[in-house]
Amino acid sequence: MTDDPHPHHLTPSYRSTVLRAPARPPVRPALDPEAAELLDPVYGHQPVGPLDHDLTRQHEGEPIGERIIVTGRVLDSRGRAVPDTLVEIWQANATGRYAHPVDRHPAPLDPNFTGSGRCLTDADGRYRFVTIKPGAYPWRNHPNAWRPAHIHFSVFGTAFTQRLITQMYFPGDPLFAHDPILQSVPRPEDRERLVCAFDLDTTEPEWALGYQWDVVLGATPFEED
Amino acid sequence: MPAPSLPPTPSQTVGPFFAYALPYAEGPFAVSEDHPDAIELHGRVLDGAGEPVPDALLEICQPGLFGRCPTEADGSYRFRTARPDTYIPLLVFARGLLKPVWTRVYLTGDAPFLAGLDPVRRGTLVASPSGERSYRFDVRLQGDRETVFLHHVPPRG
Repeated sequence: MTDDPHPHHLTPSYRSTVLRAPARPPVRPALDPEAAELLDPVYGHQPVGPLDHDLTRQHEGEPIGERIIVTGRVLDSRGRAVPDTLVEIWQANATGRYAHPVDRHPAPLDPNFTGSGRCLTDADGRYRFVTIKPGAYPWRNHPNAWRPAHIHFSVFGTAFTQRLITQMYFPGDPLFAHDPILQSVPRPEDRERLVCAFDLDTTEPEWALGYQWDVVLGATPFEED
Repeated sequence: MPAPSLPPTPSQTVGPFFAYALPYAEGPFAVSEDHPDAIELHGRVLDGAGEPVPDALLEICQPGLFGRCPTEADGSYRFRTARPDTYIPLLVFARGLLKPVWTRVYLTGDAPFLAGLDPVRRGTLVASPSGERSYRFDVRLQGDRETVFLHHVPPRG
């Protein structure tokens, strides 16, 4: 499929793909409308709490860093809103350190920042998070390798086949050209769709910069018009 | 006239650091222990060298049920779910997978879909009984016994 916006599994510049990328072409099953893959996932999480979308208010004190608002809409392939769907995010803190024991980057942890949040989209398909801008961080993929600042996004949609996990980047990052993960997306116009846009209308005076980023989920075989 | 088709947002890897964000305590248990059709579904995720994948995230979806389970250091996972009518859809994310892989867990080998597959490979979709109400299903991302993975997205246009 020449218009496939997704990365190829095997992307040798991202070293971890070499032994993990499936080598054989996937099989396309004939799905009937009742196929289990087309079910609306009933995720079994605890109900989303009123502060789960605000990563700056999960601890006693405020996290260090540039406070930001990240918002946008979850859309289907026809541009229609996907309401009431779960959006989960996770990210590094302002210094580029994750609150994860495997992260060995010698940058400080922030006792007031865990870096995970979630929310449900509203009737218009909109999600909104308040967080701090994540830092860039080094990794061991190749000599002097650094990841551009990003926020990980996990989105459900209305059919299990729409399930998406991706990463959102910030405009103008000088590390884009050096990042094999972003560059794994073959076409530049598709890579651009992983970059949010600064938005003055989303920006709150004396408080936080605002960014807009929409997520488009894949088509499903039996989408209604 | 249908609205124009928008290109989907590209996938990116789940990366190595999702463990403090995505897994949750009840995630692996799609049904309670006393559910009449409860089964255990367990196995390992292995890479092309046969080494365990310790940073994968697996999800299953059945009518009214959802499960999510990260792998352990030895690549193992363990769900409790309901015995399916035909198969359990299984989705695997991992560091090193730039997009997830889809597969299906069948508990018996007599399904029509399996009959249409290469006979050498169809067994990769059939779980083996591993005890009373317990089934083992390994996912091999690559190699001679690579699991059959599926593609569900219809062509755009």
